[in-house]
Amino acid sequence: MQQIFNFLIRNKNSILFLILFVVSVFLTVQNHAFHKSRFLSSANFVTGGVYSWSNDVNSYLSLDEYNERLLEENKQLRNIISSIRDSLPVDQQLDSTSFEGDYLFRTARVINNNFSKVDNYLTLNRGERSGIQQEYGVITSQGIVGIVDRVNENYSRVISILNSRSRINAQLNNTNHFGSLVWDGKDPNIVQLIDVPRQAPLQKGDTIITGGRSLIFPKGLPVGSIQDFTLDQTQSYYTINIKLFNDMTNIGYVYVIENVNKEEIENLQETNEQ
Amino acid sequence: MNSKLFSNIGRFVILVFLQVLILNNINFAGYINPYLYVLFLLLYPFTGNQSLFLFISFLLGVSIDVFEDSGGINAAACLVAAFVRPNLLRFSFGISYDHQNIRLSATPFGAKLSYVFLMVLIHHFVLFSLEMFSINHILLVLKKTIFSTIFTTILILLSLTLFSKKYR
Repeated sequence: MQQIFNFLIRNKNSILFLILFVVSVFLTVQNHAFHKSRFLSSANFVTGGVYSWSNDVNSYLSLDEYNERLLEENKQLRNIISSIRDSLPVDQQLDSTSFEGDYLFRTARVINNNFSKVDNYLTLNRGERSGIQQEYGVITSQGIVGIVDRVNENYSRVISILNSRSRINAQLNNTNHFGSLVWDGKDPNIVQLIDVPRQAPLQKGDTIITGGRSLIFPKGLPVGSIQDFTLDQTQSYYTINIKLFNDMTNIGYVYVIENVNKEEIENLQETNEQ
Repeated sequence: MNSKLFSNIGRFVILVFLQVLILNNINFAGYINPYLYVLFLLLYPFTGNQSLFLFISFLLGVSIDVFEDSGGINAAACLVAAFVRPNLLRFSFGISYDHQNIRLSATPFGAKLSYVFLMVLIHHFVLFSLEMFSINHILLVLKKTIFSTIFTTILILLSLTLFSKKYR
């Protein structure tokens, strides 16, 4: 017994090191598990407060640019309104405003944005109190940003599309061939669309939009344009490099999308399976 | 004793805020960020309780992790760096470390450089390996480690020179 105690005391530093190291590796691993990160995130009272305070200062410096973006968006919206007056059926517009009442939009401000790591997150200054919940989509007027992952009373955390664990359904604008949007962790302006079948007609510069297969994003949101594409090892699926319309390194204000019918659709799908 | 305690607490808080509010947004050439907060581990008093030092390093890493949403990668990296620090001190400063009377500002430049560089290298290697978390990206890990290490080392040496007290 005495020897055991002596051993413990002599090696207390190494043991402490091992324990703490295991704790930090555990935190890392559970942070890698999608939707399961429970303990530490930037959507809490302290870090949210610090980020929103620093962002209050920073956002003054970019007011000009935000105004310009708003003007640009207003212009697009006005164009749509004027085309509606012609009483012709509106084609699918490459814009976030062409959806009927199935989706509810809320605004939020990005108070923290990462893009240089492999797993990037954003923090928004709105939370449960403003009606935001897990699995709501997040977009800007130019493209998609990510999916809400954790919600706190006043802040929420978003899994950026620049995250190795993000998989979003997307498709070609011209045809209905679809694939999954992933990121290889290299360039914050380029994401990859994988598992697109070989039959799909591809051309550089073609537009990629969100597919309607997930309940998170409406169909038809602009994502980016094709930069180049290669066949994968099995020679049957394309891997496409996509240049994002959105500048992920510079996001000020975003829209959070709620799918109003989500629960209903999920119930229906569940009854189908039974 | 007390002034040492307060200056360490102050350094802890200032470095965490400096890191998360300013340095994490530099993204030089797309992905290179300096991790200046390693400076805390370098300057922490060389004598004294090693267990406490390990625990404080863990705390420092976790504080950065919470802000960065990165799980526990900074905590693990800080821990490893803190754990190997006595060995590195002995390696870089030799006999004078055992006599416990070194001051970082009064050491020869070569010894200081090797101490800072090795600490930063070990810290960054653990950090980026855990960040990628896959053996397939080992080249990217090495690339990030090397470039960020150079950047951080330069910044740390500069701030050591800037804020060194002159003992005459």
